[in-house]
Amino acid sequence: MSTSPLIDIDEIIERYPGKPEFLIFLLQDIQAAYHYISREALELVCDHTGVPFSTAYATATFYQSFRLEPRGEHEIKVCQGTACHLKGSERLVQDLERKLGIKTGETTDDLQFTLETVNCLGCCALSPVVVVDEDYTAQATSRKLDKVLKDVTAR
Amino acid sequence: MPVATTEAASAARLNSPQDLASLRDSILAQRDPNQQEVIVCYGTGCLASGAQQVEAALKKSLAKAGIDAKVRPLIKTTGCRGFCSRGPLVVIQPQGLFYQKVSAADADEIVDSTLVNGQVVERLLYKDLQTGEAIAREEDIPFYKLQHRVVLGRIGTIDPTDINDTIAAGGYQALAKALYQMTPEQVVSEVERSGLRGRGGAGFPTGRKWKSALAAIKKKGYPAYVVVNGDEGDPGAFMDCMVMEGDPHAVLEGLILGAYALGAHQGYMYVRAEYPVAIKHLTIAMDQARALGLLGKNILGSGFDFDVQINRGAGAFVCGESTALFTSIEGRAGEPKPKYVRSVEEGLWGRPTVLNNVESWANIAQIIEKGGEWYASLGVPHSTGTKVFSLVGKVNNVGLVEVPMGTPLVHIIEDIGGGVPGGEPFKAVQTGGPSGGCLPYDMRDVAVDFDSLTKAGSMMGSGGMIVMDKRDCVVDVARYFLRFLEEESCGKCVPCRLGLTRMREILDGFSRGVGSEKDIEDLVSLAQAVQDGALCALGGSAPNPVLTTLKYFKDEYLAHINEKRCPAGVCKDLITYGIDADKCTGCMTCARQCPQNAITGEKKKPHVINQELCIRCGICMESCKFGAVNVA
Repeated sequence: MSTSPLIDIDEIIERYPGKPEFLIFLLQDIQAAYHYISREALELVCDHTGVPFSTAYATATFYQSFRLEPRGEHEIKVCQGTACHLKGSERLVQDLERKLGIKTGETTDDLQFTLETVNCLGCCALSPVVVVDEDYTAQATSRKLDKVLKDVTAR
Repeated sequence: MPVATTEAASAARLNSPQDLASLRDSILAQRDPNQQEVIVCYGTGCLASGAQQVEAALKKSLAKAGIDAKVRPLIKTTGCRGFCSRGPLVVIQPQGLFYQKVSAADADEIVDSTLVNGQVVERLLYKDLQTGEAIAREEDIPFYKLQHRVVLGRIGTIDPTDINDTIAAGGYQALAKALYQMTPEQVVSEVERSGLRGRGGAGFPTGRKWKSALAAIKKKGYPAYVVVNGDEGDPGAFMDCMVMEGDPHAVLEGLILGAYALGAHQGYMYVRAEYPVAIKHLTIAMDQARALGLLGKNILGSGFDFDVQINRGAGAFVCGESTALFTSIEGRAGEPKPKYVRSVEEGLWGRPTVLNNVESWANIAQIIEKGGEWYASLGVPHSTGTKVFSLVGKVNNVGLVEVPMGTPLVHIIEDIGGGVPGGEPFKAVQTGGPSGGCLPYDMRDVAVDFDSLTKAGSMMGSGGMIVMDKRDCVVDVARYFLRFLEEESCGKCVPCRLGLTRMREILDGFSRGVGSEKDIEDLVSLAQAVQDGALCALGGSAPNPVLTTLKYFKDEYLAHINEKRCPAGVCKDLITYGIDADKCTGCMTCARQCPQNAITGEKKKPHVINQELCIRCGICMESCKFGAVNVA
């Protein structure tokens, strides 16, 4: 995850006109800047767009890419596309869950890693694929992942 | 990828077809067809396997060799060339030399041997799978030779971030033709004549959709909208992504033509958020088109105004469904609505709307330019034209394949795809993604077109084609798709929300060896209830993988239930790992890797697995270099 310099929330809010149709745009920009959407941020978005809090909450929880909890410094995405599934991606997920001591969707206590699964990254030729931050591990194996995790922590 | 040359940015607005023609002439005049060009594929697959490093190394080697080009970039990065399993790919023009699995370390040799001395680097060539013979030129490789590329035609030859490259290759000619020589009605008729059917999966005739929209506009008046569905959500399908990344102007030009045909002034592109490069390239394409007067006010001086906004998806498969997609553009949770009224009458913001898939839009410009009849001459009578497939799974040549509609399935998988690694016949193919069906080897001669696939119990879908071999378990695959759709179900209607969960639970049982033939009957009856009762196509087509695998592979289901056995060796609860004492060298790798410390044995002596401790994670099998770990 690239650690972007903290952007002022008001600057993000002002990017779009105060209309309900820009709710998702705002949530995406906030997610991109802070890696999650805090309750305060969501309230500010509601004030700006005129969307009721309940609707904004429903929308934020409907879409997979929005997070309402803080995320780990490094994001691990295990592709669960069909090609990856056939080549054993589920085993990789279980392996990472064991290694990190968390379940998919969770963040380690030290806020180092968040483990996620995604539905197809569009590079099926490399299956199974695991992406840590921006780095792709092609034909991933338990052993390769040991090394990747070690390298990331050492960085 | 290098951002647009300043040439495009500073170019003057084009106010007529003549302006466009002279811009094209001037670009072509500056180009020497014999000048060498190094093309580095920047498709997702090649990028993930290091294309950027290859490009950087090539640049360095070129600088070292003192080669420089004044007119056009010597190194060009393009969209996906489609042969993803061979990436990173580098092509040298004008010879058409095809180098595969290139690494940064190969750069000096490519520059010295090929660019300076005109020699071929033999070891980087593709070797024919059967004969082992090296093939030098891209067009002679069976994977490419046997395809018919229409939509993918320009991809891999143009730099998608430079509009001049697209214009040089004939881009926006169709738009000029339509705006100045055709009435909107003629554009619609041409599309109708082409026989083009929606490439998103449902296969509704595009021309007829546009005609109904025109009728609705007549009744309700304007505004009306045109929308690109780029929410390609099928896992294992990436052709739309590659079209948007590799030839964004084809999508844009098609959309502008559609807008002209309908008199729409505002369009939307709804693109999956997981495709950041596609979003970037579309944005650059729009900016460059706007600067040239090909988008925005008074397009090409014709008086026609049209502009586009990109909406990024936020991770919801159901948003590929038309009504859910509109709701999402409107800024809300993307739940589908009942379709008592069609979206051509009441779509986005309740207005007449034409929504077409990326690949459909990308066909339009060529249909207008070359004529509907030309398009209809490709393919078969009720499924005209070509279709792009993403061929993945247990197949040698993984990548993007474009063939005329009606091509036999076996031709795609074995002749173009090179068959299953190891040479045995494939076991099954899943077409149409999670909503499609699973066809067995016996059905290999089926023609891949809308109607033949539906008749076989599968569907065209958006064009994912997933090849499975004997190590893939159909119960597991059916369960995988069902679990995917269960997670992606928006939960609005009961048949989908509860039906899919219940079906998945039955399959969970099967994968543990729990269940009876009565459960199979229940599964089928539930499947029918979901098909009939679900509100949208997500639920309506969700049972397809289950029903087709049951139809063609019932024995495998019965083996799970009656014999508590997974013939493919996949379902964890029904398999055991063992070590072949004859093959085991006692290298201890598996013992060190085993997370349960379940493997014991002395150095250089055969090891054994303690079944009590084994959690069947498969790490031992994956780590064994001698193939000594087996599964039964």
